[in-house]
This record gives sequence, C-alpha cells and structure tokens, in this order.
Amino acid sequence: MSAGAVQTPTHSQVRVQQADFDVAAEIAAMRAGKPGIGAVASFIGICRDMNEGDSVSTMTLEHYPGMTEKSLQQIVDQAMARWRILDARVVHRVGTLQPTDQIVLVVVAGAHRGDAFAACEFIMDYLKTEAPFWKKEQTPQGERWVDARHTDDAAAARWERAPDA
Amino acid sequence: MSSETRPETHSATLHLLYFARLREDLGCAEETFVLNPSLQTVQALREALIARGAAWAKALDGARAVRVAVNQTMARADTPIKAGDEVAFFPPVTGG
Repeated sequence: MSAGAVQTPTHSQVRVQQADFDVAAEIAAMRAGKPGIGAVASFIGICRDMNEGDSVSTMTLEHYPGMTEKSLQQIVDQAMARWRILDARVVHRVGTLQPTDQIVLVVVAGAHRGDAFAACEFIMDYLKTEAPFWKKEQTPQGERWVDARHTDDAAAARWERAPDA
Repeated sequence: MSSETRPETHSATLHLLYFARLREDLGCAEETFVLNPSLQTVQALREALIARGAAWAKALDGARAVRVAVNQTMARADTPIKAGDEVAFFPPVTGG
C-alpha cells in the first residue's frame, strides 16, 4: 500500500501500518453501536519539520513486527483495566513520513471525560517508552537516529506513582 | 551410524534479531545463534556477543543503552534464555 493512501478502520484496537489514517473515520468506527459513549479523547502525533534545532526533510520509522502489536495491545489492555472506559484504539504508522504527516493516533471512549483523558495520556506515555518503534531523521547534515528522551521515561513513570483515577 | 555426517538440525539455537542503530552498527538484522548450554541468561548471551570483538563489543558493551526482549517481551540481564527463544537487541524506543 502506498504511503499516500488512507487505510479504512478495522475492528482491531491496535494497528501498525504504512498508510495514513482518517481520524474521523477511526472515531466513527469505534463509536458505532455503543450509545453509552459520552466522551471521546484523542491524541494525534505529527511529524515536525524541525528537531533539535535542525530541519527534518523526512523521517523513517522502523518497528519490531509482532512485538509491536503485542506491546500496544498490552498497553491498551492495561488502560481498559485501570480506567472506566468503553473502548480504545491505537494506530501507528511506519515507513517514511514527511513533515505534517500524521504518525500516531490514540483514541479513547468512555462515559465521561475524566477517565477518557487520563487513559489516552497513559496509553501515549507508555507507547513512547515501551512499544518497539525507532525513528530516524533525514536532515541537511545527513541522517541520524532519534535518541530516547528522559522526559518520556518520567512521563511514563508518573503513572506508577499516581493513585488510580 | 556416523555422527560426523548427521545434519545439525537438532542443534540448540536462538533466533537473534537486531533493530535500528544496532542493526546498522552490526551490519546484521538477524542470525541463528548456536546456543552453548553454559549461556543461560540474557547477560551471558550479551557477553558472548561482546566477545566477538570489534563492532559487537562497541555496540553492546553498555556505552549506549541497549534493550533486550526475549520472545517479544522486554527482558532484564538475569532473564533466562533457552533453545528456541527469539532474542532481540535494540536501542531505547522512540516511537509516537
């Protein structure tokens, strides 16, 4: 599938794909047949044109097929167990992306906003530190692997200390 | 029966995978590793790979953080390994 195509939503809670995703279509697919949903929280990660002071022309995302899907599903399962939410889904792209391209989508639906917001942030924080994806940036100075950030570790760690919502 | 001509299909092996910067530094995406029975943990395996020297020592000696997964689950230095396991080495993850 070409990177320019948009993949149609599926019933799966977790997807890794080269194709782009349609946020509205993903939310509609998740809400279908669930009239108990009163709140939907979403996060979209987007490829920027700058990082660490350098312009970024393209970004290539590599992953560990098999472990990636398993890891994302475990994160979603943890969120479903910890908060009062009705559904969640994660779509993460791999391959070569351009600035302004969408990279990742997390959508969480619940009866009320509080748990939906918290679970959405939890999923994203754990994805950043646990799911086996790696970014490589192409810049005018050449290509380079993106280094992991300590701030991401701290963001994930605070969910261990925080009392359950 | 000649033991010398017996194919080595029953050797105890690991399936090793390398990702991202590690894959590039090692020039290796995956390999079949014949498992010496004395190698029983992730740390022992890592030391055996470091003993290959050159790029292996440089990539795995700890100067840069390395994560390890055994059978697609994050592992620690003391995580046990056994024949047939899939063991992956990679840098800290940077998705999202």
